[in-house]
Amino acid sequence: MPPFEPRRTALIAALSLCLAIPAGAQESRFGFGEPANPEQIAGWDIDARTPGVGLPEGSGSVADGREVYVQVCMACHGEEGQGPMDRLVGGVGTLDTDKPAKTVGSYWPYAATLFDYIHRAMPFDRPQSLTPDEVYAATAFVLYMNELVPEDAVMNAETLPKVEMRNRDGFYGPDPRPDVHNWPCMRNCEPLSPEVGEVEVPTQSEIQ
Amino acid sequence: MPREVSEQEVRAVLEAERAENIRGALPLDRRQMLRGAVWGGAAAAAAALARGAAVAQTAPAEGTGNLPPNTPEWMTQQGAPILSPPYGLPSEFEKDVVRQPTDLTATATASWSFTPLQDLHGIITPNGLFFERHHGGVPAIDPEQHRLMVHGMVERPVIFTMNDLMRFPAVSRIHFLECSGNSLTEYVNPEPSVQTTHGLVSCCEWTGVPLATILQEAGVESGAAWVLAEGADAAAMTRSIPLSKAFDDALLAYSQNGERLRPEQGYPLRLLLPGYEGNMSIKWLRRLEVGPEPWYTREETSKYTDLMPDGSARKFTFAMEAKSVITHPAGGGKPLGGPGFHEISGLAWSGYGRISRVDVTTDGGRNWRTAELDQPVLAKCLTRFRLPWQWNGEPALLASRAIDESGYVQPTREQLLAVRGQNSVYHYNAIQTWRLAESGEVSNAAV
Repeated sequence: MPPFEPRRTALIAALSLCLAIPAGAQESRFGFGEPANPEQIAGWDIDARTPGVGLPEGSGSVADGREVYVQVCMACHGEEGQGPMDRLVGGVGTLDTDKPAKTVGSYWPYAATLFDYIHRAMPFDRPQSLTPDEVYAATAFVLYMNELVPEDAVMNAETLPKVEMRNRDGFYGPDPRPDVHNWPCMRNCEPLSPEVGEVEVPTQSEIQ
Repeated sequence: MPREVSEQEVRAVLEAERAENIRGALPLDRRQMLRGAVWGGAAAAAAALARGAAVAQTAPAEGTGNLPPNTPEWMTQQGAPILSPPYGLPSEFEKDVVRQPTDLTATATASWSFTPLQDLHGIITPNGLFFERHHGGVPAIDPEQHRLMVHGMVERPVIFTMNDLMRFPAVSRIHFLECSGNSLTEYVNPEPSVQTTHGLVSCCEWTGVPLATILQEAGVESGAAWVLAEGADAAAMTRSIPLSKAFDDALLAYSQNGERLRPEQGYPLRLLLPGYEGNMSIKWLRRLEVGPEPWYTREETSKYTDLMPDGSARKFTFAMEAKSVITHPAGGGKPLGGPGFHEISGLAWSGYGRISRVDVTTDGGRNWRTAELDQPVLAKCLTRFRLPWQWNGEPALLASRAIDESGYVQPTREQLLAVRGQNSVYHYNAIQTWRLAESGEVSNAAV
């Protein structure tokens, strides 16, 4: 094939695509890449978008989840979800204290996120090795440990998005920053107080 | 013709010289003999010995044999040949300039390492010193088997190979990347060195395809507002990106500082969102899904949200606000040698745009002077500032304060903590004060 052939093919592809685009969408296209077919997309589209769009078929109970948890979660997250790795349980009422514990029970706003995360990234040493049923079950058990679902709960694409999380309304936006304001004083300014616990508020007269 | 010398004889002379470090004191006839040997046909043997000498030497010479008036040892023999090694490495004398790990994480794969800012010059971070933040380790990806899938609310779901992506018109831009957790220790437990207080920021020239090009190629449907970016690592690291950013200045980068991405930086393909918190610039990018709303993944709910003193939390705080730090003199760097002239130098950057001014104080904030800015000053890029200073040898408190083109002024620590408290973890950008002792040692004034 002559060296200019790929470029010419691309140009022809781009031109033919341009012709196919209706008026109002004038941006040129190059035509590189291959169409993604539904089977390819299904294999890679592993996410569940809040409140639960994309959750797969399948289900898992708290009882099944206890078995999954003991087998593949407990070594890192502890018998009661206390750790040593990321703490999953407790911390309710601590978010406005000096030692906030951000757990599934105290901090996570959406239950579907738990499925999404376990499915894509857990267990730590074998991510994406659990079946959807096992992920639903592990999710159910972690929610049960946090007293967010009863012991007979079964999680699936319908029930999981309906779980009411304690910190559902704990997050706010849009981004309120810039929220901290400084004035670039140059002469005879209030000195910096970098030390922890020595926070002093400068008087107005001392700020240029 | 010089007389023939054996390799053994050459080696004996070289070793004697190295051992005693007395090159300049050797008798003239021995030096002449050695040079004669080199030009007389023993060049290969001598070069091999020189290579051996270069490798064997691990510390600077303590003697004075290489100093005036003597001839330095390295001028009297051939240096290492080309391709020593084929991919060049820093001088052996710079072997201590390396990234440093955090001691805060339980694993070494979901962890981070810091750039040695105290040892760097200019604004570009060498690729091997670029800070690391991984959530599931560094995958070893064969680019031939890597694919980027674009789907969701698009007219044409498409799969690109790396060759496909590299055919698109490309751009190169210089941008910083900063972990939103950079300086997180300074909220509560300040660190001693600039490497661990501020070393989660780095800066590269990035080359890649504008994300807008790829999204136009797929055709975004009306009603779409966000795009999910997903990595091909063990964490399948995932963040929701506003389409407004995607169409603004987002890049699909495959190169940094002229060479293909390092594995730690997302080889073969990463997202790059200039000015935004680093974790959103998804590495090892394998999938983009266009949708109507954010996904609320674990990394934008449980993590990377900013807890406020009242127990509420901010979500989707993307931009890294203006920040600066003096990198010389700085904690963890070389102590100042003594009173007299010293150039104070450091880095400033802002996710809101260009740095417009940096002020420096040497008296703990009572008085400030405006520093010089190295050109070019680029948007969302590290900017090097410099200020000449005569140190009188007395203890001093040094700090820098950045102002960006939006008018934002880097806050003091007490101003930041007064609003954010001490449990926010992310987005710490307060003024950093270094304490310079009479001895020339530098420490974190907040410790």
